[in-house]
Amino acid sequence: MIELPGIYNYLVVVFLMMAGFYVVIAQGNLIKKLVGLSLFQTSVFIFYISMGKISGGEAPIFVEGASLYSNPLPHVLILTAIVVGVATTAVGLAIVVRIHEAYGSVEEDEINAKDLVDDAITEEAPSVNSRESQ
Amino acid sequence: MTELQLITWILLIPVIASVGILITGKYPNLREAVSIFAGIGLFSLVAQLAAITSLENPQSLVLAEPIPGLTLSLSLEPLGLLFALVASFLWPITILYAIGYMRTHQEKNQTRFYAAFAVSIAAAMGIALSENMLTLFVFYEILTLSTYPLVTHAGNEKSRKAGRVYLGLLMGTSVGFLLLAMIWTWQLTGTLDFKHGGVFSAEADPAILGVLLVLYVIGTGKAAIMPFHRWLPAAMVAPTPVSALLHAVAVVKAGVFTILKVSVYLFGIDTIAGLAVADWLAGLAGLTILLASLIAMTKDNLKTRLAYSTISQLSYIIMGAMLGVTAGIIGGGMHIAMHAFGKITLFFCAGAIMVAAHKTKVSELDGLGRRMPFTMLAFLIGSLSIVGLPPFGGTWSKWMLIQGTMDNGIWLFTMVLLISSLLNIAYLVVIPVRAFFKPENNSNAASPTAINEAPLASLLAISIAVTGCILLFFWSEPIYQLLGGIF
Amino acid sequence: MSFMDHLPILVVIIPLLTAPLCVLLNRPILAWFVSILSALISFFIAIQLVFQVNELGTISYWLGGWEPPWGIEYRIDLLAAYVLLIVTAIASLVMLFAKKSVEKEIPENRIAYFYAAFMLAFAGLLGIVATGDAFNVFVFLEISSLSSYALISMGKDRRALNASFTYLIMGTIGATFILIGIGSLYMMTGTLNMADLAARLPEVADTRTVRAGFAFLTVGVGLKLALFPLHLWLPNAYAYAPSVVTAFLAATATKVAVYLLIRIILGVFTLDFSLQLMPLDTLLVTLGLIGIISASLVAVYQGDIKRMFAYSSVAQIGYMVLGIGLATTTGLTASILHLFNHALMKGALFIALGAIAFRIGSTSIKDFSGLGKRMPWTMAAIVAGGLSLIGIPPTVGFISKWYLVLAALELELWPIALLILVGSILAVIYIWRLVEAAYFGKPNPYQYVQEAPLSMLLPLWILVIANFYFGIQTDFSIGLASSAASELSGVGR
Repeated sequence: MIELPGIYNYLVVVFLMMAGFYVVIAQGNLIKKLVGLSLFQTSVFIFYISMGKISGGEAPIFVEGASLYSNPLPHVLILTAIVVGVATTAVGLAIVVRIHEAYGSVEEDEINAKDLVDDAITEEAPSVNSRESQ
Repeated sequence: MTELQLITWILLIPVIASVGILITGKYPNLREAVSIFAGIGLFSLVAQLAAITSLENPQSLVLAEPIPGLTLSLSLEPLGLLFALVASFLWPITILYAIGYMRTHQEKNQTRFYAAFAVSIAAAMGIALSENMLTLFVFYEILTLSTYPLVTHAGNEKSRKAGRVYLGLLMGTSVGFLLLAMIWTWQLTGTLDFKHGGVFSAEADPAILGVLLVLYVIGTGKAAIMPFHRWLPAAMVAPTPVSALLHAVAVVKAGVFTILKVSVYLFGIDTIAGLAVADWLAGLAGLTILLASLIAMTKDNLKTRLAYSTISQLSYIIMGAMLGVTAGIIGGGMHIAMHAFGKITLFFCAGAIMVAAHKTKVSELDGLGRRMPFTMLAFLIGSLSIVGLPPFGGTWSKWMLIQGTMDNGIWLFTMVLLISSLLNIAYLVVIPVRAFFKPENNSNAASPTAINEAPLASLLAISIAVTGCILLFFWSEPIYQLLGGIF
Repeated sequence: MSFMDHLPILVVIIPLLTAPLCVLLNRPILAWFVSILSALISFFIAIQLVFQVNELGTISYWLGGWEPPWGIEYRIDLLAAYVLLIVTAIASLVMLFAKKSVEKEIPENRIAYFYAAFMLAFAGLLGIVATGDAFNVFVFLEISSLSSYALISMGKDRRALNASFTYLIMGTIGATFILIGIGSLYMMTGTLNMADLAARLPEVADTRTVRAGFAFLTVGVGLKLALFPLHLWLPNAYAYAPSVVTAFLAATATKVAVYLLIRIILGVFTLDFSLQLMPLDTLLVTLGLIGIISASLVAVYQGDIKRMFAYSSVAQIGYMVLGIGLATTTGLTASILHLFNHALMKGALFIALGAIAFRIGSTSIKDFSGLGKRMPWTMAAIVAGGLSLIGIPPTVGFISKWYLVLAALELELWPIALLILVGSILAVIYIWRLVEAAYFGKPNPYQYVQEAPLSMLLPLWILVIANFYFGIQTDFSIGLASSAASELSGVGR
């Protein structure tokens, strides 16, 4: 029987993940979407960190001759993943800034509506001075 | 030259010609000279190849091996020789005709026209000389693509639509069915080579063979069996020389040639004879023969009528192939040549009428025999040859086909062929007869009796084609001998 | 160790280091020059690697000299060498084309950054292919993805930004899924080395964690791959990205994702696991087929040609996935072949579209009117690429269709064979819309249009000729594909 504290972390992970995922899908605001995305990624970091932890385990570097120690590898890996996450958020925010400049909005529905207008313009009058040729 | 060199050059000459045509495009006389000389050269090469090749043991020219074990290769065999001879003989003649036609008609983009024409002929030669189904398929598709600019030559909305039907049906059937059948055959037998007696083992499941045969026959859209015939009338928007050589000879004959090859060399006539589905396909061909003839009667546009007549005639050959008897195959093979000469004559005449009298409708032709006596006489001879009356070439092929239906033993097929001959009279022979004996219905022509014939180059081409129709009656023996060599 | 021994890492490192160099040089022409140089060097390294692998078998390179499974291993087998070759070849050609196109489409002060991002994306893709370490895959995946988001957002239309943001959201979710998958596998086996994973997984294969990990990995890669229901980011991203980016990503990024899928399904997990414990074959075949038909149908109705070919890419990915799903050596050969062949055709097509965008500033079908006369070489290339896409012999498209249909028929799945060919017929329709517009429409009399410059025609026609060459002379492509396929399915058996 698995005792509750053992899987407690994973429940948190699942909760955070689903919350983040939900925010990404449900929110129309691009910034909030990015917040959700960060939450989603962070849950995975916790997942990795929990994975390496063993109850009662020591840090393998400080203690000489420890037989029960936490696995450091996932923790190191997740450092990389955190960097990736930060980079993603940065790129995402940069794009949002430019979207705001170009569309004057960060609301998904407004942007999509403007896109539809753009699409219609492209369909009707394709380029600078061409006419429907026949 | 050796056999392999000849095969190489046969394929290369039209291609070189097309490049030459593009280069000399600015000088029409030079350009047409290139076409004609290439045509004559090609025919002489094919003839030379026929002379030096021993058909029992032909050499094969391997071009490439795109799929391990499956090559693109060429070699000579009786059916292919016949097809190559017919197509290469009629090419320079059609060019001769086209010179008169295209110039009088003041068509645009003539350079593109002659260049695409030459590529089409190269593709037809490739089909004729194919040693296996893959090679045939490759050239088959090249033929479809190279004729597309010819069909849509006029570049207007009508030809654009026609091009859509043309490409849609030909490519759709070939990619959808023919390719499937090929890959299936390859998967079952591990070969696509044309072999005597077929490639399938005796234990092959007849149900699968039946499905394959159906796929092959309907997949060969160029054979225009109903319900995949619509492209042929649509293709009539092309300039008449195209209709004449490609849509009465090269393209459509490539279709029925494919079916003949498949039935003789992939299935083998004994297998065909044993398949119940072959009789049904022959029945479908019979239906096409009759329906196309009936539709032809209702068509007033001369070229469309000829197109439906072609559809009906092509199904003769399909029927011959599906009968599963020697006489059917030989009859079908002979019909490739006989119908080619007959139908090209008719198309030449239709073009001549269009150029000289500016008439495209059958109902307008009454009394035209007085103004264009030579053209109309040629038309009469062409139609009689197609009906199958002596002393014209069509007699023998029809004879053999009827013999084939009798050997097969289903009397319905014999009836179909006989009825169809009567229908031929009703929709083809009637035209010259009315032209000679009915009075002209519009008398606004300044001098109704003045002779106003097509350009000389065209007339010359017509007379060669007509001579062919007659000569083939007396010299059909070599063709018979040649095709007899299949078995 | 000699220089030659370090090739597996050099092929990745050289473009990776070129990226900061581009920023430091900060001059468009210099940035372009070092970029094309590094693309070419990678290309020659890739050729060399193909030879080495062919001769000596799989290369295992220990990063920093640490022995796997503890250290990171770079593992170049036949398939990896093959994909490296495709990616570097396309990158070199695209770089050749890029100079003028980028000058036209990207503001001058950003060109150096553009090349830097491009090189990062390039290095990332190469890294995914070269590495033998699962976590390393994730890192390289993110390197290539993040730089792709930036590249796509540089499209001059503002819709590029929205497309890029959508891609960022979906791409990040996909990458995170992959991360979860890798985590689960690590949890069960304690290793990240792919070969080691493959050896240890069978013991624990029948656990929920491994299955969940497998599902996460497949869905994650499916997102990157634009597998049918997960393809929504792709059409807009391709349609609005700068021409150079579209040409590069269309020809390589999805291919690398397909490679990754093959690696995961066959290399890490075994065929038995993927097919028997998880119903992946049914899933891939079904999704592949729906993708082929639906995306082709949507392509027929697109007004923008770039987007039309983007949908066509979704359909083509369907072919590749279908081949994997058939799970036979022939099917796998077909997929690997199509991976190569599709890179050739889409590379050619998108470069041609780039040339057209360069001259007339649009890729809307209405602007194609009369282009057959104005830009004969470019249009001829599009027709040739289109024929290859349809699968007309003697093009490469024919060869891959042949193998795919053959694979379906071997399993007696003739309805699938028929549907594959229906996809081809749909391709005829959407290609021919373009042909009709270009050759039958009247040219716009108010617009002066010239043939594309030589620096664009050259890479374009190299690819077009390759389309025909590898359709006739297939020793190389089929040889590599079939031995890679049998090597992989050998692992599975």
